[in-house]
Amino acid sequence: MTIGLEHYLAVAAILFTIGVFGIFVNRKNIIVILMSIELMLLAVNINLVAFSVYLGNVTGQIFAMFVLTVAAAEAAVGLAILVTFFRNRGDIAVDDASMMKG
Amino acid sequence: MTFSSNLLIAFPQLILAVSALLLLVVGAFAPKQTTLVAGGGVLALALAAFAAAIQPLGVAFGGALVNDAGAVFAEVAIYAASAVGIVLGKPWFERRGVRNFEFPVLVLLAALGMGMMAASGDLISLYVGVELQSLALYVLAAMHRDDAKASEAGLKYFVLGALSSGLLLYGASLIYGFAGSTVFTDIAVAAGGHANTGLLFGLVFLICGLAFKVSAAPFHMWTPDVYEGAPTPIVAFFAAAPKLAAMVLFARVLANGFAGASDQWQQILVVIALISVAVGAFAGLVQKNLKRLWAYSSIANIGYALLGLASGTSEGVQAMLMFMVLYMVDVTGFFACLAALSRQGRAMETIDDMAGLIKEQPGIALAMTAFALSALGLPPFSGFWAKIYVFKAALDAGLWAPAVIGLVGSVVAAFYYLKLIKVMWFDGSAGATDKPPMEARAIGLAAALFAFPIVMLALKFLDPLAATAAHAFGLA
Repeated sequence: MTIGLEHYLAVAAILFTIGVFGIFVNRKNIIVILMSIELMLLAVNINLVAFSVYLGNVTGQIFAMFVLTVAAAEAAVGLAILVTFFRNRGDIAVDDASMMKG
Repeated sequence: MTFSSNLLIAFPQLILAVSALLLLVVGAFAPKQTTLVAGGGVLALALAAFAAAIQPLGVAFGGALVNDAGAVFAEVAIYAASAVGIVLGKPWFERRGVRNFEFPVLVLLAALGMGMMAASGDLISLYVGVELQSLALYVLAAMHRDDAKASEAGLKYFVLGALSSGLLLYGASLIYGFAGSTVFTDIAVAAGGHANTGLLFGLVFLICGLAFKVSAAPFHMWTPDVYEGAPTPIVAFFAAAPKLAAMVLFARVLANGFAGASDQWQQILVVIALISVAVGAFAGLVQKNLKRLWAYSSIANIGYALLGLASGTSEGVQAMLMFMVLYMVDVTGFFACLAALSRQGRAMETIDDMAGLIKEQPGIALAMTAFALSALGLPPFSGFWAKIYVFKAALDAGLWAPAVIGLVGSVVAAFYYLKLIKVMWFDGSAGATDKPPMEARAIGLAAALFAFPIVMLALKFLDPLAATAAHAFGLA
């Protein structure tokens, strides 16, 4: 069996779904949410690189580089906000982020 | 096209990028000079707005940056609103002992991201613009570090914002794969006539991501929490300019990239618009906190703006632009008034806090009355003219049923706007308020004067500008 575009797309779709579910279903730890976000972005990168090779067009790989860079910046900002949250609450459980409701 | 002519087209964005970096260096070496950095930030925004107004129009960097009349219209409004954000926010933070020179720099970076969004002609510049704007806004929401609510707001904004960026990006990757290009004009060729399933799939993801950014229902759940928790002047900033930027981006993707598939996206937009109007109207009825209430009001208003866009005509885009600009002034003014009010050092944020405000602070109470009536859509306030544009565009496009539902929604929402007015005018006073800070009061009153009567003059001036801007999007 040769591995074609559709296999890459399927893997990316599965990873993306796992990432989305990781955000919604996870009730424990906010760090896990950050990991899920990373997973979503990596799924997109697989998509972009697979399309890029399939189309013989380099734009997708350039796009993937941008996504990697932005993902790093996003993780930095996310962790910084998480630190201020931890300093105010002393905990990073998801259920703790519930001062505001309605 | 030479490199220098590309740079000339990107000049407003370059001004912001360079001055943000310069001000960061100034702040790093002289952290006490917050006024200098803030002044520099306002100056840079003014220069960028001026440069946007006079720069040559054109397409730069192989289609990545499109500076047409639409981009210019949005950019000038965005940069002006960002400058107001700095003027409003800096003294507010200093009174609370937060003396961070980073605040104006972050606003500049957010404005740069919004400028890129307004002028993006390519999926990569779309993504980079959206992220630059979002990352700066996450930090701004959590800027008041010792406030537990602000850090919770920042965290929620970050998590849901990152999720929406992921959806947007997944959509972008599918569109790239099925269209074979990231440039909107090439996508339009691939999507012309009958768009294939892969492209539509990507488009739906992209629309979901953008709907998150404009806080349209059913992707609105972050909005009330973030508005309530974030510092009030920051809310005044990110309830206004980022929404316009995201709406312009919405219009750009749909009109430049998917004009051929307008039948398909029109349905999605009408549904999103109507759900937004309904959620904003009904969920707002039970709110006690004014910042939450205005969050629901903004969800409903985005619904109207999307209804304009859903018309799929040049008139609809013009209606959306007019609506967003008039709404920006209203919402900035309202939150400026809230930022100006406090009682014994405690912020006044609930509807009950506003009891008898007309006796304590007649000016601010009058201004808030004007904003409430304007949001309600009562003539002759600016919100009425904004809604006229939207409903006219929707009716001309044959969307009479959505227009009627939209009108019903605004009747339901009238309940909470009128309740606020009733509490301010006729309830007994809840005690003396503190002297309002000058800048917040001035911004609130100026915005109220704009809501009426200045709007009557401004309409004459804005209408042709918005028409030219809408024409640049190239819809019929």
